[in-house]
Amino acid sequence: MAAVGPLARVARLSSSICRSRTLDLSRCPQRRGVASCVDPAHGLTEEQKEFQKVAFDFAANEMAPHMAEWDQKEIFPVETMRRAAQLGFGGIYVQPDVGGSGLSRLDTSVIFEALSTGCVSTTAYISIHNMCAWMIDTFGNKEQREKFCPDLCSMAKFASYCLTEPGSGSDAASLLTSAQQKGDHYILNGSKAFISGGGDTDVYVVMCRTGGKGPKGISCLVVEKGTPGLSFGKKEKKVSASCSLGAAHACVQLAKDHLLVRKQFGETLSNNQFLQFKLAEMATKLVASRLLVREAATALQENQPCAVSLCSMAKLFVTDECFNICNQALQMHGGYGYLKDYAVQQFVRDIRVHQILEGTNEVMRMIISRNLLTES
Amino acid sequence: MSGRVLVGVKRVIDYAVKIRVRPDKTGVVTDGVKHSMNPFCEIAVEEAVKLKEKKLIKEVVAVSCGPQQAQETIRTALAMGADRGIHVEVTGKDYDTLGPLQVSKILAALAKKEDAQLVILGKQAIDDDCNQTGQMTAALLDWPQGTFASEVSMEGDKVKVVREIDGGLETVKINIPAVVTADLRLNTPRYATLPNIMKAKKKKIANVKPADLGVDLTSRLEVLRVDEPPQRQAGMKVETVDDLVGKLKETGHI
Repeated sequence: MAAVGPLARVARLSSSICRSRTLDLSRCPQRRGVASCVDPAHGLTEEQKEFQKVAFDFAANEMAPHMAEWDQKEIFPVETMRRAAQLGFGGIYVQPDVGGSGLSRLDTSVIFEALSTGCVSTTAYISIHNMCAWMIDTFGNKEQREKFCPDLCSMAKFASYCLTEPGSGSDAASLLTSAQQKGDHYILNGSKAFISGGGDTDVYVVMCRTGGKGPKGISCLVVEKGTPGLSFGKKEKKVSASCSLGAAHACVQLAKDHLLVRKQFGETLSNNQFLQFKLAEMATKLVASRLLVREAATALQENQPCAVSLCSMAKLFVTDECFNICNQALQMHGGYGYLKDYAVQQFVRDIRVHQILEGTNEVMRMIISRNLLTES
Repeated sequence: MSGRVLVGVKRVIDYAVKIRVRPDKTGVVTDGVKHSMNPFCEIAVEEAVKLKEKKLIKEVVAVSCGPQQAQETIRTALAMGADRGIHVEVTGKDYDTLGPLQVSKILAALAKKEDAQLVILGKQAIDDDCNQTGQMTAALLDWPQGTFASEVSMEGDKVKVVREIDGGLETVKINIPAVVTADLRLNTPRYATLPNIMKAKKKKIANVKPADLGVDLTSRLEVLRVDEPPQRQAGMKVETVDDLVGKLKETGHI
């Protein structure tokens, strides 16, 4: 059973007579009443609203209080993620017969959007883990599904997705890691780079070349930690579209709260027309982004012919717009936005990478234009 | 012993929402405002589900009184582990004047109808802070009550309740059937899991009208006016303790 942070609960309930604000404004934006025009529950079914509520509560209670520490100490929060898995977040769109929750892509998007208001980078990892579990569930044979999926869904084991190499990023199809079959096993040779969770995780889903050049020669092998010859390099120092949404949503709340509180020139910033207009633009782009992601998720779930393009459009638009929203929110905080005490800077840093990973936004443009120009 | 526990759950304005008084001063704004299960009711549901998991009781029935939206609150209880729900339909003017007296009459009727051995409620709701429903329900049923519970344990045909009172902790042992009201430190409510939310969809919620239970909803109270708390006034600084005592006497505080 997941535990709610004791201090937060005592603080909010012991003053049930006068509703005093005991939660730190700069850290827990999502606990405020949400203005209805940006309400992320809009358009969802009753069931989806329930999923969303659990995810928001989990994010606010289990993730947001630790977000800064995880960032600063570069912690891979195993215990917290396992608690998330207990709620069913380890294999959200994996089939129930192997331990998954059997939900749709749209349900998944709603959940990740809510979780990332608690910590973007942890949620981004959880989404990658889910993708690996789904890959084995969907494309694996009976043995593989039964061997790997239950442990991944419960997060008894963690997974990583290994495609990118030092020499092949956007040009993924040119990857060099090779796999040669020798009797009852494969010998892999090569190296992968920028692997989320690399070194900490147990199951590696590795794209490697078993055939000729180009994409058709690539296969996917599952490699477990501890396999002889598998080694890990140093942890890189650093900084997915639903995760961007959650960050942008959180930042719009943070910006709004700040504008209502901060005074300059004799009045609150919320009286400044430029800032009012800027906030309106941010909110509008947030809702537009959310609609596009959810539409793409539905298209993917239903295997519509436009699914790939729509997902590329969503990824392109949403990661760019949400980064701008978070960046604007930081700007609205003035000097305070730059302090690590304030969550807004972590959101900006964490989602900047979403314009690059999972296919750079340039690659997204390639996919979309190719689709447009080859269609009759 | 039926092994059945009735848990009352109330749909209230979410604790994090900034409350606004309606311009006509008849109440607070509820339209479009986020609502959720009363936090003390969540604790009550958790305790009931825990008792079921320990196999000390057999069935948890969640009850809520109100309009259509009360079903959302019952679904949350089902997702936490309650077995079935009862939605007592109260709408319009009746809902506006619904208070502890009416709800306790409804709960007492249901407790008898369902042959409940325990009724577990939150100690109070965070909207009206009445802290009356549990006590009134027990009185109407002529059952013993263990209120402000911070610990509950079943001991044969009795329930041991550790109560949080002003002076500290008081332990009482009361006969079943009984009414227990949950206080803050009784437990930490679980998150609903995704599988449980989906299972909850298949659980049954029965629809009941107060008239079916023979309950008269007429209110004995009339709300005259609802106002915001007065704006906080500026204080005053004084130099010495004598000045302080003098000022307090002057303003009639001592």
